[in-house]
Amino acid sequence: MGFVRSKKAVLPLATLSALALTLSACGPSGPEEGGGGSEAAADCSTYETYGTFDGAEVSVYSTITDLEGERLENSWVDFEECTGIDVVYEGSNEFETQIGVRAQAGNPPDVAIIPQPGLLAAHAKAGYLKPAPAEVEALVDKNWSEDWKGYGTVDGTFYAAPMLASVKGYVWYVPSTFEEKGWEVPQTWDEMMTLSQTIADEGTMKPWCAGFEAGEATGWPGTDWVEDAVLRQAGPEVYDQWISHEIPFNDPQIADAFNAVGDIVKNPDYVNGGFGDVRSILSTTVEEGGQPVLDGNCAMHHQATFQAANWPEGTTVAEDGDVWAFITPGEEAGAGAITGGGEFVAAYTDREEVSAFQQYMASAEFANNRVQQGAAISANKGLDPSLAQNPLDRQSIELLQDENTVFRFDASDLMPGAVGANSFWSGIVEWINGKSTEEVLDSIESSWPSE
Amino acid sequence: MEDLGEKFFQVVIALAIFAAIIGLIMLLVDRAPKSFRDKATIIGFLAPAAVLLAVGLVGPAVLTALLAFTDRNGDPNGLDNFVWMFTQPEALVTLRNTVLWVILVPLLSTGIGLAYAVFIDKARGEKGLKALVFMPMAISMVGAGVIWRFMYAYRGAEQEQIGLLNQILVWFGSEPKQFLLDAPENTFFLIAVMIWIQTGFAMVILSAAIKGIPNEIVEAARLDGASAWQQFRNITIPSIRGALIVVITTITIGTLKVFDIVRTMTAGNFETSVIANEMYTQAFRANEPGRGAALALVLFLMVLPIVVYNARQLKMQREIR
Repeated sequence: MGFVRSKKAVLPLATLSALALTLSACGPSGPEEGGGGSEAAADCSTYETYGTFDGAEVSVYSTITDLEGERLENSWVDFEECTGIDVVYEGSNEFETQIGVRAQAGNPPDVAIIPQPGLLAAHAKAGYLKPAPAEVEALVDKNWSEDWKGYGTVDGTFYAAPMLASVKGYVWYVPSTFEEKGWEVPQTWDEMMTLSQTIADEGTMKPWCAGFEAGEATGWPGTDWVEDAVLRQAGPEVYDQWISHEIPFNDPQIADAFNAVGDIVKNPDYVNGGFGDVRSILSTTVEEGGQPVLDGNCAMHHQATFQAANWPEGTTVAEDGDVWAFITPGEEAGAGAITGGGEFVAAYTDREEVSAFQQYMASAEFANNRVQQGAAISANKGLDPSLAQNPLDRQSIELLQDENTVFRFDASDLMPGAVGANSFWSGIVEWINGKSTEEVLDSIESSWPSE
Repeated sequence: MEDLGEKFFQVVIALAIFAAIIGLIMLLVDRAPKSFRDKATIIGFLAPAAVLLAVGLVGPAVLTALLAFTDRNGDPNGLDNFVWMFTQPEALVTLRNTVLWVILVPLLSTGIGLAYAVFIDKARGEKGLKALVFMPMAISMVGAGVIWRFMYAYRGAEQEQIGLLNQILVWFGSEPKQFLLDAPENTFFLIAVMIWIQTGFAMVILSAAIKGIPNEIVEAARLDGASAWQQFRNITIPSIRGALIVVITTITIGTLKVFDIVRTMTAGNFETSVIANEMYTQAFRANEPGRGAALALVLFLMVLPIVVYNARQLKMQREIR
């Protein structure tokens, strides 16, 4: 062979052939098996309605990773076993950007679990999503409230069933302190203000503490505060108009809500227990913000259910424990209006096994299977609250399932990114830092993107 | 462990592919016909770098420039993004801050670095003294930002202070101060962090340049009875002029691009944002890629002349040598 003429050519050729060898050894490693192999055979009678699909596969993509992802996968092991559908799950922290890229490239997953109604709507409008099958819609009509169904509906077409949920707007307090001092858990917003004044007058501690510092997201706990006030004082209709920009951001009703919150967080007599003056809210991190409640430096702290994770290890969260929470009260006692978040199960394909999976995800069985593994709640009415792994989850589930509860999605998540993830946050920062409500609202309004 | 093994395997494969491509190029260049060999060699060795530059630098730069003239939906909107940049109050604050950074950081860090280099020159324990000032260079900008946030940390007057500077204020009997919240001086407190980092760089380069000044000149000046100031003014500065320019321009480029410090310490809140930070915020958080690209373009145009000047100076110095 006259091909290899010089010695110099030997090395690259050798490398090439070595590469070819290594590549051929690198065959497909096969999909990872689910973890349910060794469990006892499930009772398949509840899964009969879904039918059986031998060898079918459904790919699922979501934001949920690590332990939460494992728990999610565990909750459909029986479903896989009984229907023969292999659910190939992938959780990613890059979900929000990747899902758009994949849908655009024509390579979407069968099912995506989408945490933002705005993203869901964008994909529905772009024609990526398939409308939900009639069976799924029937299940959602049975198991969820109108409010929840509405967030999975785009332009009158129902696309996605809700999955899990979170509840915002809790006010955390130490029950033993309240008992000792004879303070009552307030039933209305006015009672809450009266209680704040009482605590401030007593002078042993500030009534409130807060921390809004979260790097680039600094200010977001303030948006939760304002959303709670808008929903409770102006009502769900105004809340919806506010999100869809049918009323401007500097509408007087929104200004009232800001001022109502300002009466607490911009009042030097009420804040910021354990940290300093009003502006110290901005230099205190979200994680630290609630600690003075336990130290006895402040009485109340406004934060969502996930504040439970911010307490030091060993803190019991219960009505008779170290710390407990009541939902931010409305104008009238018992008027249930809560803000929160949740995920939606949307399909990009309409094969039968995909439809079966969607039906399962909308069913009470899924909600029960997931909730009993802990650290999750759902607004599914078929869910048994007694399965919740802690008292707070149980209370949240009961609130969500209550017929009288008005549920609204976190407004900043539904507004355009330029407002909801930027000027609303920075507006809160400037507002706490001393600017007037009027100035801040005008500035946020001017940042609302024109269509 | 399985993951690690897989990753390692991928690295080995990637390296093998790289070696194979290089090998292939060498093979082809080697086998090119004699008449064409010189050109083949040049093309063969430059092409990979050129391709990578085109894909990784020129392409994105052109795309960014085009993006700067589009709105949120990707439709062309003319100069709107630039109009926004030069009219909106918050965008103007960003530009003002960037100008403050670019003037103060290079001047002060070079000035302090030079003074330090002159004073400790031939002093006892010079190495140790240099190491002290140089050490911040080894800390990442994010790390420095976190450290200085603790320095500036605030607690109310009735609480115990956790930040050093506020504790000092309290010891002297004054009220603790919200260093990072009070505009406009908070920008200066951020600039101090960058100066803290860059002084070491300036000091080391300038110190080396000072050591390079020929002894004869210094001695001649001494014999002529020049005072210390005259020596510094008429001997040291002109002798290290080249090094000074390189240091100032390098720090200026670094300062124009400053992002990490602002992002870690205030995230651009409280009127402390700079162009690079605002660019990121607009493009990735506010969902306004057009505005982000416009800011990137302006930043690029600001850095460009300095880079050109810097490169020219380097070339001139080489020619002198």
